[in-house]
Amino acid sequence: MSVALLVTIVLVLGAVGYLVGAARSRNVVAGETSKLHSRPGYYGSYVLIWATIPALLVLAAWVFTAPVVIENQIQASIPANERIDMSPTQQGLAVNMVESIARGLRLLTEQEMTQATAGFVRLRPLLAEKGVALAGEGEDWMIGSAQLLNRLTDTSRLWRSILVLGLSFGGFALAFIQIRARLRARNRVEGVIHAGLVLASTVAILTTIGIVLSMLSETGRFFSEVPPQDFFFGTVWDPRFANAEDPDAAGQFGLIPLLAGTLYIAFVAMLVAVPIGLFAAVYMSEYAGPRFRAIAKPLLEVLAGIPTIVYGFFALITVGPFLRDLSAQISGIATGDVSGFISAQSVLTAGLVMGIMLIPFVSSLSDDIISAVPRSMRDGSLGLGATRSETVKRVILPAALPGVVGALLMTASRAIGETMIVVMAAGIAANLTINPFEPMTTVTVKIVSQLTGDLEFTSPQTLVAFALGITLFFITLALNVYALYIVRKYREQYE
Amino acid sequence: MTDATLTSGKTAPARKTGRRDIGLKGRYAAERRFRAYGLIAIGLGLLFLFLLLASIIMDGYTAFRQTSIQLNINFDEQVIDPDGGRDTSSMAMLTANYPLLAQRALYDELGIGEDDSDAQRDANALLSQGVRTQLRDMVISNPDIIGTTQPVWVLAHGDVDSAFKGQFDLSIDESRRRVNDRQVAYMDQLAEDNVLQQRFNTGLFVNGASSRPETAGMGVAIVGSFYMMLIVLVLALPIGVAASIYLEEFAPKNRLTDIIEVNINNLAAVPSIVYGLLGLAVFINFVGLPRSAAIVGGLVLTLMTLPTIIIATRAALKAVPPSIRDAALGVGASKMQTVFHHVLPLAAPGILTGTIIGLATALGETAPLLLIGMVAFVADYPATPFDPSTALPVQIYMWSNQAERAFVERTSGAIIILLGFLAVMNITAIILRRRFERRW
Repeated sequence: MSVALLVTIVLVLGAVGYLVGAARSRNVVAGETSKLHSRPGYYGSYVLIWATIPALLVLAAWVFTAPVVIENQIQASIPANERIDMSPTQQGLAVNMVESIARGLRLLTEQEMTQATAGFVRLRPLLAEKGVALAGEGEDWMIGSAQLLNRLTDTSRLWRSILVLGLSFGGFALAFIQIRARLRARNRVEGVIHAGLVLASTVAILTTIGIVLSMLSETGRFFSEVPPQDFFFGTVWDPRFANAEDPDAAGQFGLIPLLAGTLYIAFVAMLVAVPIGLFAAVYMSEYAGPRFRAIAKPLLEVLAGIPTIVYGFFALITVGPFLRDLSAQISGIATGDVSGFISAQSVLTAGLVMGIMLIPFVSSLSDDIISAVPRSMRDGSLGLGATRSETVKRVILPAALPGVVGALLMTASRAIGETMIVVMAAGIAANLTINPFEPMTTVTVKIVSQLTGDLEFTSPQTLVAFALGITLFFITLALNVYALYIVRKYREQYE
Repeated sequence: MTDATLTSGKTAPARKTGRRDIGLKGRYAAERRFRAYGLIAIGLGLLFLFLLLASIIMDGYTAFRQTSIQLNINFDEQVIDPDGGRDTSSMAMLTANYPLLAQRALYDELGIGEDDSDAQRDANALLSQGVRTQLRDMVISNPDIIGTTQPVWVLAHGDVDSAFKGQFDLSIDESRRRVNDRQVAYMDQLAEDNVLQQRFNTGLFVNGASSRPETAGMGVAIVGSFYMMLIVLVLALPIGVAASIYLEEFAPKNRLTDIIEVNINNLAAVPSIVYGLLGLAVFINFVGLPRSAAIVGGLVLTLMTLPTIIIATRAALKAVPPSIRDAALGVGASKMQTVFHHVLPLAAPGILTGTIIGLATALGETAPLLLIGMVAFVADYPATPFDPSTALPVQIYMWSNQAERAFVERTSGAIIILLGFLAVMNITAIILRRRFERRW
């Protein structure tokens, strides 16, 4: 039975269980539900839980483990003398081959089967006739393995169905006969729901563990081929992809140029976003009337809701060419040379556009923090005769400073982790330069460019992306933790 | 303070000549300047927003109309089905020379002679390559039209489309542009006869990926994005709400729940590309789910959206006043009943708005999807979330790498559609908030 059918049966049984359980609880007390410990619905839910949850859990476990167990058996069925010569990749290919033969064998009739088992030479045309094209040349032993695979799959399915249906019906019956007036159905059902809630809240922890573990293991594999000091302190990024003539060509994986590009672009972005965002926040919270605020604030926040791919396209199509042409005009007037000094893809383009994206982050976060400064401090300053701007500069901003710094740190971490704008506007050349008019590249750009394409995850060229990813993860994590720490510490002062 | 009094004491004689100069003028000027800086900052922000939207709309609004040519096509039996089999699945029907039918009709329309091969070549270039599939699908769905003559709107070539929309500079030298003078003359002739027209571009919404701009559409991407949003909704909403309920209503204040809280706040700030790496390592390499499939994209986006939903839900739960809980507990409800029967329904509008905003962010997300291989060229609709597909923002990314003028237009058009979806979602969230907002 297929998984979908099993799940449907179990769910239908659960629904029936709910109705039957509720009905039986009413029968037990002859309709006087006030004699029951819980409302009838809880008795129904009790049966439903027993009929579905154990069965579905077992099914899920089976679906995940069975293929692994079967594949191990198939690997073991490769004749020993063959296996010695095979690399892990070749073994994987052989197993794939066996799988497609096994699929093909299912289409054959009894008579064709006896022909097919004679040898691979006979099998291939037979399968081709049924529309199963085999990718490569196979060996005779594969037919035996394929038959084993089909037998194992059949057995696995049979036992899966028996076990899951048995658990479902068994659970149903067990819960059903337990129903009597004193059964504390509500407490038990609530216990299960409570367990579910706890489980849901651990998803966040599991995600973090998943991020760290998955990246650490791949990074470990990367560092077994490239020494960590070459990665962290290397100044050349040149991950030559292995080619046919020289498969051992080792590239250089220096993080420094990428990190420099990342920080430089983030810095330019902050140069754009911080003054605009801060002044906008101060004006919104200190000067603007309610009507102006009600219009301007959401409009500015639209900037935060626009997907970054749109900013990337804007940089690529509009801003980059504009800056290039502008620089060409300027240098044309100044020196008579009409070749521009700003590349279309440059630190400036990426930084400028990313800065636009960050404006609302700076302004909203600072706006909240500035508004949180107590009224009395403003009134005190104004009462002493200070103008509004003096109050802002001498009283409110110093008071809000830790919070504002925290907000800026969070914004900076966003700038460092931003991907699509830099992928489209910063270029892919790993330069070490201080000229903002030249292209530079960033950590995120390199993660994308190392991992797009059909690649095996065995070479340092792809594994390096995980090393880059974990570096990025820890940089942004450190910035955020520090920012949260600052903000929390500051919040306590006025509450 | 003492210093100040001392100085004012020394300057006391000056008071007789007039008011003490305390730099009021300068201070007021500084005040005005400061105010102006604020206004300029807001103005700049709004200007950038305006420029961004204006440049996208200016580039993209033309993508919604597509140049087509109306031809009286004679579905010649000799060309389509010379053996007279009429078996719609036969190879003959699939591989017949359909472009020839359209070309003949076009020669008739333009009055090109049968042996004028130069003129024929130029005329052929007016038609899109997509004519083949269009006519084939017409014939296969309705074999009865073989042998008849039908008026059919066929797509013009992408270059003709650009030229007709005035995106090419026709004054430059003939050899340096993609449409030559004779083709321009043909275009004018067809336009004059009213058979060359701009029509609404339904292909943009229904077609899949194509290397030819005139037949490229976002249908597959819309379906892929829809699957992913469905997965995010089905997984992230229940898990997120359950996690928030536990943390807000049941969790003891201890070390573990503290870690969970800090963790959730940090997860909200993890760069999206890191989630892409997670999806690649866990869902594709470890679990073995297919690459390029909406299911993986949906799972990755779910993990990414969860923190947003949890934070919004907790805020909504916190906003429900304790008196409601106390009243429910007071009449004998269990803690669980209090939460599910009383608190949760009251918090529902807030949860819903948070979820919609989380979904909108997920809809626009590109970077993690690039890593799990959703940049594949997919021309057919995915039947299930396990089939290869693509997503709206990824389709935009792929088109933006194409050089042709017509693809720039389509990219901008696709962005307008994406922004349209986002606007609808955000406006829904705002309306929901306005409509159901409750103040206690």
